[in-house]
Amino acid sequence: MNSPAAIVEIRDLRYAVNGRAVFDGLDVDIAPGRITAIMGPSGTGKTTLLRLITGQLRAYTGRLTVAGQDMSTLRRTGLYALRRRMGMLFQNGALLTDLTVFENVAFPLREHTDLTERLIRQLVLTKLQAVGLRGAAELMPAELSGGMGRRVALARAIVMDPEILIYDEPFVGLDPISLGVILRLIRRLNDVLGLTSIVVSHDVNEISSVADAVYLLSGGKVAAHGAPRDLQASSSPVVRQFIGGLPDGPVPFHFPAPDYFGELLARGEDR
Amino acid sequence: MALGDVSRFLLRLLIATPRVLLRFDAIVRQVFNSGALSLVIIMLSGLFVGMVLGLQGFQLLQRFGSEEALGVAAAIGLVKELSPVITALLFAGRAGTALASEIGLMRATDQLSAMEMMAVDPIERVVVPRFLGGVIAMPLLSAIFSVIGVYGAQLVGVQIMHVDSGSFWSQMRAGVDFRDVNEGLVKSAIFGVACSLIAVYQGYYAIPTAEGVGRATTRTVVSSAVMVLFLDYLLTSAFL
Repeated sequence: MNSPAAIVEIRDLRYAVNGRAVFDGLDVDIAPGRITAIMGPSGTGKTTLLRLITGQLRAYTGRLTVAGQDMSTLRRTGLYALRRRMGMLFQNGALLTDLTVFENVAFPLREHTDLTERLIRQLVLTKLQAVGLRGAAELMPAELSGGMGRRVALARAIVMDPEILIYDEPFVGLDPISLGVILRLIRRLNDVLGLTSIVVSHDVNEISSVADAVYLLSGGKVAAHGAPRDLQASSSPVVRQFIGGLPDGPVPFHFPAPDYFGELLARGEDR
Repeated sequence: MALGDVSRFLLRLLIATPRVLLRFDAIVRQVFNSGALSLVIIMLSGLFVGMVLGLQGFQLLQRFGSEEALGVAAAIGLVKELSPVITALLFAGRAGTALASEIGLMRATDQLSAMEMMAVDPIERVVVPRFLGGVIAMPLLSAIFSVIGVYGAQLVGVQIMHVDSGSFWSQMRAGVDFRDVNEGLVKSAIFGVACSLIAVYQGYYAIPTAEGVGRATTRTVVSSAVMVLFLDYLLTSAFL
């Protein structure tokens, strides 16, 4: 945990939405050059954590530094400069629907660089080749399947050669083949491009097969962290429930509710 | 929709405007989307409004034996009042709803967040070009509405009701001066700002769900219509 060169360092992070604490003293270190998975049951604030790391949300207390920069004091220009060093893959791809696949991948280049058309073409085709979709360059996003859309979004995320690549639920709704493709891409891109990858997911088996380190969030804190193998061997009840997929346990099956019989027997107009 | 929030949003748009003006092609594309694609409905409506004006105006003026004044009556009514207002109402229904739902859906599908993550300001890239496109398109549409409307009035008055063609046109030329045209232009420019602002504001702050985008679209039409009629009264009294 105390690796001094952590690229993302979170200390005692507290964040609340409408008075409800999402994070209540969170400590996370993300080591450079590795794949770190952030897991946890739905509603534990995994996506919120990503939005905090990328500076889309502020208003937290505690310490959060990304690539040595304190996110709470970073101004807009600094934030945009930092974001150019990050790539993010959104849950549904978030491709710009009015542009072709090629133009989607070229978008960050056109916005931020003065490269010649020839060079842009070469870069875009290289990245599309890396995700296996060079042949789909002229299609519109609406013509792609879910898995293909996510691969295009991945090509777009790496086109500026980021240092940190962030994946928000990259496996949701994918068929086994697409899922395998994305998994292999996460590993290969991380190793070939020398990235730091942060993957938010609740697909235990999938993510355990590629991640170097895992953080399991529960109740606004880190419930467990370590290598995937350590987590498999953990005896902590939260970890056992999450990894074993047990419906009830420390994370309750029921949403907090008043007494069941009392509510059933209550007269309708009393509600 | 608090007025303070909308004003602050307008300020944000205006601050980003100089940078957006450099992207001339993006603005042209939005003038096409808001303007050219609204042409058919504007022209059809202009024609019918002009024809009704010709018919009603003829009936009224005939009572006083002054049906030659039909040209000037129709032209003044169109240029000063009917063109800016009806164009703005049609614009809100055709282009405003398209803007609001497009931006709202971009929000709902994370496209705006994705742009922010690529260090691209969605206000600059998405909102301001659409806003400026609407602002530029509105006076142009209103002018086209006037021209077609006058043609419609002429069609009914001169061709069907046999008002003397010479006096129809010469009275119009003598009776409509630059101040009337100016009033119409100023009105439609201000309506252009109001309608485009409401549309992009509603879209940008739409709740990112199907229901939220639907509500933003509805609000765009309702707020725009009320705002246009309210502003129209203010502007008319200001021009007196």
